[in-house]
Amino acid sequence: MPAKRQMIRDHSAESNLFARRAFVSIVVVLSLMFVIIANLYVLQVQKYEDYQTRSNGNRIKVLPVAPNRGLIYDRNGVILAENRPVFSLEITPEDVIDLDATVAELSLLLNISESELERFNRDMKRQRRFKPVSLRNQLSQDDVALFSAQQHKFEGVAIEARLSRYYPFKDTLTHMLGYVARINKRDLEKLEANNQAANYAATHDIGKQGVEKFHEPLLHGEVGYQQVEVNNQGRIIRVLSFEPPVPGRDIVLNIDIELQRTAQIALDGRTGSVVITDPRDGGVLALYSSPSYDPNLFVHGISSFEYNKLLQSKASPLLNRATQGRYPPASTIKPHLALLGLEEGVIDSQTEIRDRGEYRLKNVEHVWRDWKKGGHGRVDVTRSVEVSCDTFYYDLAYRLGIDRISESMRMFGFGEHTGIDLYEESRAIMPTRGWKRARFNEPWYIGDTISVGIGQSYWNATPLQLAQSVNFLVNRGERHVPRLLKGFMQDGMVKANPIEMKSPIPIVDPKNWDIVLDSLYGTVNRQHGTAHTAYRGAKYISAGKTGTAQLFSVAQDEEYEVDNVAEHLRDNAMYIGYAPFEKPELSIAVTIENAGGGGSNAAPVARQIMDFYFSREKPSELASIIVDDTEVR
Amino acid sequence: MEAKFTTTKTSFLERLHIDGFLLFAISCLMGIGLITIYSSGGQEWDLVHRQLTRLAIALIGMFILAQVPPMAYRRAAIYFYSVGLAMLVAVLLFGDVGKGAQRWLDLGIIRFQPSEIMKLAVPLMVAWYISKFSMPPRASYISVGFVLVLIPTLLIAKQPDLGTSLLVASSGIFALFLSGMSWRLISFVTILGGAFAPIMWFFLMKGYQKQRVITFLNPESDPLGSGYHIIQSKIAIGSGGVSGKGWLQGTQSQLEFLPERHTDFIFAVFSEEFGLIGVIGLLFIYMCIIARGMIIASRAQDAFSKLLAGSITLTFFVYVFVNMGMVSGLLPVVGVPLPLVSYGGTSMVTLLAGFGILMSISTQKRLLSRHS
Repeated sequence: MPAKRQMIRDHSAESNLFARRAFVSIVVVLSLMFVIIANLYVLQVQKYEDYQTRSNGNRIKVLPVAPNRGLIYDRNGVILAENRPVFSLEITPEDVIDLDATVAELSLLLNISESELERFNRDMKRQRRFKPVSLRNQLSQDDVALFSAQQHKFEGVAIEARLSRYYPFKDTLTHMLGYVARINKRDLEKLEANNQAANYAATHDIGKQGVEKFHEPLLHGEVGYQQVEVNNQGRIIRVLSFEPPVPGRDIVLNIDIELQRTAQIALDGRTGSVVITDPRDGGVLALYSSPSYDPNLFVHGISSFEYNKLLQSKASPLLNRATQGRYPPASTIKPHLALLGLEEGVIDSQTEIRDRGEYRLKNVEHVWRDWKKGGHGRVDVTRSVEVSCDTFYYDLAYRLGIDRISESMRMFGFGEHTGIDLYEESRAIMPTRGWKRARFNEPWYIGDTISVGIGQSYWNATPLQLAQSVNFLVNRGERHVPRLLKGFMQDGMVKANPIEMKSPIPIVDPKNWDIVLDSLYGTVNRQHGTAHTAYRGAKYISAGKTGTAQLFSVAQDEEYEVDNVAEHLRDNAMYIGYAPFEKPELSIAVTIENAGGGGSNAAPVARQIMDFYFSREKPSELASIIVDDTEVR
Repeated sequence: MEAKFTTTKTSFLERLHIDGFLLFAISCLMGIGLITIYSSGGQEWDLVHRQLTRLAIALIGMFILAQVPPMAYRRAAIYFYSVGLAMLVAVLLFGDVGKGAQRWLDLGIIRFQPSEIMKLAVPLMVAWYISKFSMPPRASYISVGFVLVLIPTLLIAKQPDLGTSLLVASSGIFALFLSGMSWRLISFVTILGGAFAPIMWFFLMKGYQKQRVITFLNPESDPLGSGYHIIQSKIAIGSGGVSGKGWLQGTQSQLEFLPERHTDFIFAVFSEEFGLIGVIGLLFIYMCIIARGMIIASRAQDAFSKLLAGSITLTFFVYVFVNMGMVSGLLPVVGVPLPLVSYGGTSMVTLLAGFGILMSISTQKRLLSRHS
């Protein structure tokens, strides 16, 4: 059958049919080829630039390069915060032949701990094989030496150096200087809100406290960029271009490290603070809070054990007592109130009271006692400061009234931020009628006013506020803002900030100021002065005022006896002072918690520091010129 | 025409049953392939050496097949087809799983993909069957032809290997088309095929195949996942521009952004480095081969040889079109290599085997003509 069919086949017709079909096929093939070419034309010609850009976007990555953080100097050019290389041991997995053996050998050599190994294994899983993983973050000098000697044995293992902050004075400057630590999620959110996230893209640490935090914008600098070619795994093939980062500014503080150190020594571990400022410009020479801690602990991540120890310590070492500690100012504010009385005309230089150790108001059962049993006898305004007569100020406060006191003391900086360049600052409390109403929903009682007269009641102040108020007195109402930052270092010179001033306290009669300053002189230099003992034999003339803040209310018919009172309720010892009396170069505020009387506990600390100041060989200060504000900030 | 062939003194190549023109064009493509493999394979000679070995083996295979007269193919067609079909069933039952698909048959000494055999067995079978009748064949014969195509196609699609099943199906259908099946029937089959598409989607396609189609329709929907290949490939082609980035200078391929650089996506590497000009040159060589194949088919003296040669040639074009289409984002990604250029052994052997048959048809006409 098939044979027969074949016989009758029309070969030429079949050939024609096939040729037609072949022709149709060729036409279809050509048109599909045309589609391919048209599509390639669109890709390679019409959209060429788009794809060119995307191709470059694929291969070119811009890597941020962190700027070096600015250094911090004291006023005499002593370095307070520096950048030191820290070494870490890094393993690049793909370059290591036998990873397990290498890690085991390194563990033996350098005593790598279990927790370090755990972290290494965790990081290993997250990283690409060509990216180095750190086995130990901080190598000691010994580790470096040990490893270097045997490095040839460890292919794919290397020591990497990175600059990291170091505070050579450790716990001496902690609260004032603060510290840097790793940027956390909250910092990042803040940076993003301030449009600074890009600038910090490569930065490891950020200022967390103190000067490091406040002057972060000066210290940080500007990020640089490295343009690199990468492959699909992100491995850098070559560097295309490099825009170097702008390092942070090297800044100079008003701090005098020698005074700071002396303050620490003088406090001798007691809980409290010392603030020393220069009355001539408001520069902060020393700001020490005790107890302190080593800020270097935080730079590389403090262990939770260490951190909890600091957090839970009853002495709250994390608190900056000099700016955040709120203490009843006690008798230290008597000179301010005396001045107010004189300027308001409530008293004059002739006003005298007869102090029998008690103060009573008509129709009031309560008795306000003087700290001295039996009283001080006849007391005028000068003597009232020198012997720290309470009764005088009960009466003065009563006559001034809380409104006048609050308003005036606000001018002296109480209840207000001083404006120091630190974020850790409390404005403390200068009470008013309105404040008490809002705070306790109670009216202001006359008894509250009388207690305010001796710096008690609701009134409290920070040691920095006290030091500042001394400057306001010394400068006769001129008000400098306390400043830690002096300027920035350029070519071995200090480009200094101009001095910042607030509106002055109005003066009614300059003689009133003379009276008050003289009473401060008398406190130290006259036989009956409360600080006379502490300053006996000093080779310079200073002035000051003691204070003893009551933390414990003695019942009306009881007497305060040190031994009967728990330590944490014992009096705070306070002292404010300045020297030399004629041309003051430094003012000081000393606060020691639960130490007892100010004259016998706080004044000697001030004396010790002043003694040092006047006896030392003056360090040569850095040359400085004052530049326009905008250049510094 | 015929007289010319019978009287012309046979050349050296003709005596070896080699079509000089085809061999030259094929060699050009292989050369382009080696150059591009060197560039995309990280400039290592290793890949080039391995490819050279495969080319040598495949060329020897082609040479041997060119010596076999077309009549022998005709006689062997049915056995070839039956054995291939049996092996396809065997693969489904006992085959090795590789890359999530059951494609390989392990015969102890060699492991191979029976589906590759079907790329030649199906056109052989269909050409043999249809050429028994006078053309144009009746609709009933065409239907039988379709069944012959459909059975292996479905078996291969089930492995699953969409690319190969597509090539197998088209090779058979081309034979039927060239045999002169009526246009009415063609429209009917097209509509039927359209209706078959949803069945494929819901019953035959595996998850990853569906994903490929979805990705093809909108590659940007998943730029890091399955859309990555297409996006990177289009970037490579587009950034090549008119004149290309230069040999060894393609950043997309050199920096390894392109997937499957030396195999299925080698066209993207070539386009990136040699640009639109290079691509047009490449297409020109492919067109020459296809034109030559169609000329051989038209000049073949019996229906079987015509259908077989035409089908092999057109299937070769399907390789080119599907590969370029998928790499440049016109078609979904199915595993079809760029013929004679992509790195890889299996498809190279099959392709050159096809060219061997083509050369046999081209050079052994006189023997044929005596018989018919």
